[in-house]
Amino acid sequence: MTTAGRFGIYGGAFVPETLVPALEELEAAMNEALADPAFIAELDGWLYDYAGRPTPLTLARRLTEACGGAEIWLKREDLVHTGAHKLNNALGQVLLARRMGKTRIIAETGAGQHGVATATVCACFGLECVVYMGREDIRRQALNVYKMGLLGAEVRPVDSGSRTLKDATNEAIRDWVTNVENTHYVIGSVVGPHPYPTLVKRFQRVIGDEARRQALQRWGALPDTVVACVGGGSNAIGIFTAFLEDEDVELVGVEAAGRGIETGEHAASLEAGRPGVLHGAYSYLLQDANGQVRETHSISAGLDYPGVGPEHAALRDAERARYVTCTDGEALRSFHRLCRMEGIIPALESSHALAVAERLARELGPGHRVLVCLSGRGDKDIDTVRAVSGAGEGDS
Amino acid sequence: MTAATAGRFEAAFAAGAAGGRPGIIPYVTAGFPGPDDTAPLLLACQRAGSLAAEVGIPFSDPLADGPTIQSAGWRALEQGMTPARAISEVARARDAGLTIPVAAMTYINPVLTMGIEAFAGACAAAGIDGVIVPDLPVEEAAGLAASLGAHGVAHIPLVAPTTPTSRVARVAATAAGFIYCVSVTGTTGARESVSPAALDLLERVRSVTALPRALGFGISRPEHVEALTGHCEAVVVGSALLDAIASGGDDPGAIAERFVRELRGVGAAG
Repeated sequence: MTTAGRFGIYGGAFVPETLVPALEELEAAMNEALADPAFIAELDGWLYDYAGRPTPLTLARRLTEACGGAEIWLKREDLVHTGAHKLNNALGQVLLARRMGKTRIIAETGAGQHGVATATVCACFGLECVVYMGREDIRRQALNVYKMGLLGAEVRPVDSGSRTLKDATNEAIRDWVTNVENTHYVIGSVVGPHPYPTLVKRFQRVIGDEARRQALQRWGALPDTVVACVGGGSNAIGIFTAFLEDEDVELVGVEAAGRGIETGEHAASLEAGRPGVLHGAYSYLLQDANGQVRETHSISAGLDYPGVGPEHAALRDAERARYVTCTDGEALRSFHRLCRMEGIIPALESSHALAVAERLARELGPGHRVLVCLSGRGDKDIDTVRAVSGAGEGDS
Repeated sequence: MTAATAGRFEAAFAAGAAGGRPGIIPYVTAGFPGPDDTAPLLLACQRAGSLAAEVGIPFSDPLADGPTIQSAGWRALEQGMTPARAISEVARARDAGLTIPVAAMTYINPVLTMGIEAFAGACAAAGIDGVIVPDLPVEEAAGLAASLGAHGVAHIPLVAPTTPTSRVARVAATAAGFIYCVSVTGTTGARESVSPAALDLLERVRSVTALPRALGFGISRPEHVEALTGHCEAVVVGSALLDAIASGGDDPGAIAERFVRELRGVGAAG
């Protein structure tokens, strides 16, 4: 195995030969664009004048009091236009695709946030946009499906496999193999073949760059702990990257334990998987004894993915970040607490990070600060929450 | 044993090198349509005069495959097919008289799970002559190619219409047996015609290597094979064959035999 595009032993580019020249072209275009001040200025213009950056750092005042420990601070990616951090990456990649002369954009989506973000940017530039989405996710995320239609994108249902994000990604890659001449594939997370994990990290690191600056301005100090949820892991890489050199800052990724690791119905690749190749990258993977990729479960569609970005695997091996899990039930309870104590309806994905932040805040005790990436807002999850919560829980 | 397996492709291509129609390499998914159908299908392909055969070891997430091979693989997995069992189906066919070369096609994750060295050894022991891994470009292939080579099994790489000629040369340098030429920018699955890009690719491959060329992805009809006379040494036909098997009744072997004969342009007696 070569070292190109590797994070430790993870990463690489395991793709059909047809795509190899396209990935080389993308890598060259990425390096050229990111070194061009005009490109960075154009991207910043969109991030600050359109997407609504910078996002605030908010003290979760009542939640902190209830936990009785460290202060819990929220990096408010839920306030980015379209309701999640996904727009940071979609803007960057579509701007890059335009620079490369691509006229057609495709994407995969799980919760629908990345699909909505990509459709949004394509609307801004009048680009054709096709979004692949598993049939099961279409059922779970009807609101986002409708939004993508409003924005002019075509949502193509995927009926293969488990009909979720993994299968939508397969189908998007097959589309790209077929239409590679005029099409750019906007991957939504720090997964996939090189250079995608590096490219998506570059466009998401704005989260942590801002948060670190805000922390220093506001507190004159860095957080003790940074917590983020991990499906593919783009919001986590986005907030972790700025703190990697700050050795005293603990980085904690939270995987979805679903109905419990012991039930097998979860999506915790780092916790319960072993290394393998999915979607072009070597990383931790939930798979059976024969190397077939396993079906996963999480109440949150955005975490319902059997793989994880290769840099997370490397950060764990290097013990620079640690990874823990949170069940559906724990995430739901934190979802409700944030609604009622802070007036913020969080995405179910972000609720996993919140649950662990509450746990860590109690352990750390007063005088410390926990920074949570509130990666998205929960409007898209209302139907799911209504279906699984007790009748009185939503309005008690 | 290993020396003999490495030679099967050479012998088969040498025997067919008369400038005639390309030889036929039928593709069957191991465990499709039923768990015990694979060895009989391979023998039927041999009876029909196939140059070689390709056996797909199913994987849950086959990125390079279109709907036909995806669903065949899915069905095989649901019926319990595993990489070890797929390999043993080839051994079973060899015991029953299969002498044509056999290539196994699978994805890299099942290979890594078995272990590259164990996989290469199992292939050699079962009489598999070559291995095709469509998600393993040349940058990632050195380890597998070395292990296969040590066991006398050919590493058969793929090139595509988007592959620059300089890269074709680099890929060809790692190849044994033959070069798998992908006819389209796309996934496997039957197509209406053979594209000009495919003919261009075949010429570019010939300009950098003397290895036999097999064209695959989309080849489905006798007229495609006829039209490729003089352009390549073999064609791989998968989805069209699996479609015929899936819709053709309860004797997959007879269907495959008839299908391959038609592709060869010979009658039932040929």
